[in-house]
Amino acid sequence: MTATMVKTTYREALREAIREALQRDERVFLMGEDVGAYGGCFGVSLGLLEDFGPERIRDTPLSESAFVGAGIGAAIGGLRPIVEVMTVNFSLLALDQIMNTAASLQHMSGGQYAVPLVIRMTTGAGRQLAAQHSHSLEGWYAHIPGLRIVTPATLEDARGMLWTALEDPDPVLVFEHGSLYNLAGEIAADAGPVDLDHAAVRRPGDDLTLITYGGTLGRTLEAAEELAGAGVSAEVVDLRTLRPLDDATYLGSVTRTHRAVIVDEGWRSGSLSAELSARITEQAFYDLDAPVERVCTEEVPIPYAQHLEEEALPQVRDIVAAAHRTLGEQP
Amino acid sequence: MSTPTTRPTADAAREAVQAAVRHVVPDADFDYVDDDTPLRGEFELDSLDFLGFAETLASRTGVPIAEADYPRLATMATCVAFLTGARDGT
Amino acid sequence: MSDFTMPSLGADMERGTVLEWLVAPGDVVHKGDPMAVVDTSKAAVEVETFADGVVVDLVVRVGSEVPVGTVLAHLGPVGAAAPAPAPEPAPEPEPTPEPAEVAAQEPAATTGHQPVVHSPLARRRARELGVDLASVAGTGPGGEITREDVEAAAPAAPPTPSTVPEAAPATTPAARGAGRPRVTPYARKLAREMGVDPAAVTPHDGETVRASDVRAAAIAAPAPAAQAPPPPAPPPGAPPPTGAPRPTAAATRAQTMRETIARLMARSKREIPHYYLTTTVDLTDALAWMREQNAGLPIAERLVPAALLLRATALATARHPALNGFWVDDAFVPGSGVHLGVAVSLRGGGLVAPAIHDADRLTVTETMAAMRDLVTRARAGRLRGSEMADPTLTVTNLGEQGVESVYGVIYPPQVALVGFGRVVERPWSVDGLLGVRPLTTLTLAADHRATDGFTGGRFLATIDDLLQHPEEL
Repeated sequence: MTATMVKTTYREALREAIREALQRDERVFLMGEDVGAYGGCFGVSLGLLEDFGPERIRDTPLSESAFVGAGIGAAIGGLRPIVEVMTVNFSLLALDQIMNTAASLQHMSGGQYAVPLVIRMTTGAGRQLAAQHSHSLEGWYAHIPGLRIVTPATLEDARGMLWTALEDPDPVLVFEHGSLYNLAGEIAADAGPVDLDHAAVRRPGDDLTLITYGGTLGRTLEAAEELAGAGVSAEVVDLRTLRPLDDATYLGSVTRTHRAVIVDEGWRSGSLSAELSARITEQAFYDLDAPVERVCTEEVPIPYAQHLEEEALPQVRDIVAAAHRTLGEQP
Repeated sequence: MSTPTTRPTADAAREAVQAAVRHVVPDADFDYVDDDTPLRGEFELDSLDFLGFAETLASRTGVPIAEADYPRLATMATCVAFLTGARDGT
Repeated sequence: MSDFTMPSLGADMERGTVLEWLVAPGDVVHKGDPMAVVDTSKAAVEVETFADGVVVDLVVRVGSEVPVGTVLAHLGPVGAAAPAPAPEPAPEPEPTPEPAEVAAQEPAATTGHQPVVHSPLARRRARELGVDLASVAGTGPGGEITREDVEAAAPAAPPTPSTVPEAAPATTPAARGAGRPRVTPYARKLAREMGVDPAAVTPHDGETVRASDVRAAAIAAPAPAAQAPPPPAPPPGAPPPTGAPRPTAAATRAQTMRETIARLMARSKREIPHYYLTTTVDLTDALAWMREQNAGLPIAERLVPAALLLRATALATARHPALNGFWVDDAFVPGSGVHLGVAVSLRGGGLVAPAIHDADRLTVTETMAAMRDLVTRARAGRLRGSEMADPTLTVTNLGEQGVESVYGVIYPPQVALVGFGRVVERPWSVDGLLGVRPLTTLTLAADHRATDGFTGGRFLATIDDLLQHPEEL
């Protein structure tokens, strides 16, 4: 790998990934609300219409059920569609298609019909978009057998996850946290596809494991830095893929550090964090030196008011406090 | 500790040796120990025990014991000889 | 008020017998002062207090065997006047008839402030919360202390187990149960692996025994086994009350000692990948120097070769810290200082390896004095808990018993053991000439998980080198 680095943003990395897919495989096309002339609600597909034309960059009516269903049909028919859904809240309108059709068809057809579909959608809060545009429901989707759920949290994953997802014969849902689009940084000029099977240790540590993914990775790394200042060595695990979970990586970490804090912007009850906590107690109980801690969003519809929204979401101080609790210390 | 004007008698020396050994080995039994049995081996005296033994012996008899004299404290017979000054001809 | 409890002086210690009280009610004690002589079934050990205070009363009578954690005595605030002489402790520890009365009255006697408490609820809450009523300002009628006053005065933390026994008779495990700290699953697993009784571990947060607490306990009381001393002599002047050790106790103790040694040494050989190194050290210069030093000294102050060997080992250990400490939970934990365990053989069988603390900071003369003191007390059954507890590297001088070399079994969780063989006079080549020299065989048994032979070899070379320059010791 060359050492040449280029500046980019999460948004540009996603766009480059789509561009590469469109170039590499003529079966690939992008469709969704305002992805064409408008360039996508979050600007991800800006300029792609000009380069690839309206056949491959398709604007759709405002009907998630219809265009996700169309994407499923196209996938079954042999194409490799990338369907963009504006936010995870709106994806609920297409939940029937996603769950009852996309996730089930392979099973119900006795393996005759695979659904090689990729659905991208924005998730998460933090931008004062209120309760109908801000929720984190990727944990719900991770409940559904037949789907693969990925959550790029870094520039490399934004750049590299799409192609691997398109290669997958089954439907893959890509959750892009809305706060990440402007994330800027450097990435290898030749950055390419990445695996979707493994969680990643984003920061090594010995005293406890902070498990997170997607939009809360940044705050979790900040918390780890703050903990380091207090002499606590926190390991940060980025799950990357929420279904299937890479048990080996985060359980391996917890088995080593004996303490786990799960940071999840989803609500606590019946959530991905609950699933992680359950797996840790099922599989690493005898290595736990403290109860598993969870830092989640308050169980309210995400407030519009900025101070209330901040209060509802997991913050660095909450993560640090939870970490200290696992150590039996006052922060 | 001043130089003694009188050396102990052989009996007193023998008694002093037994007392000094019992100082470090309280239950030491001399009934089956003949005069030529090495004391350190018989009573399992390590270097610290021996130091305590020599210390007690010197204070009880008033005979100064230099480190160079340690080899002369090997058995009851050599102890008595040393303490009574037999080898010195006094 | 604080409690002085039966400590755990070893991984396998479940009960202990108070052989002798070294304090009496009214005595002012400071942290580190010996309070009592306790028979752990393997050694008579002087047990120190961890708190400053005035001895309020002695709860457990001499001769009583009680479980670890049992309150043996109560300590009041420092600077307080002695309370009225306490009655002779009951033969068997029994629930204090009216603990609430005790809690309410004793502090009054010590501070002059007579708390007014009529409410049983306030008393009960004070016990539960570990609140000293004498320190509570009453806001009720006539200055009466109310429940709210007690709760307001309560520390933020829930009552620690050590405060609970004040209310509950702490003399049986069942009674302790209510206040027993929680143990995390990992701590429990670790405790099992390390041979530590989790119930005897004190949690640092007062609530939950975690892995770090277990490790601390394991390090503080690394298996008493290999150090099994003989039965302690009966305490002088101790009345033989009920509960005193029965004549068969000695046999039982010997059996227990053997079992413990078996378990510990088996664990060492099972878990520790030993490597062994040997070197022959010429002691000509060291012994000549020693004789020179001894020439003008009274017998009591004279050095023995072991003092020089210990001193050289202590200095070398300080220079090679990788050998000084413990292997715990798959990692090396450095010792807090160079605390040399000195293997002391005991008459009637058995061995103890109490520590000379900070041995690297002592002069040869001080080392000699420390060693003599330690050996004397070890053989008198008067070791202190702290000495038994924390050697960071053990030295055996088995050579004094005549053997030429000793390949030791490492004392877990330590990572090294140094052995000195007998000093023998042998032909030895020096500068191309053959001479007869006093030699000793120096050996190292070390844990290959913690160090490699290279480190061990340098360590032995350092000891050798130090012994060639005795004037610098």
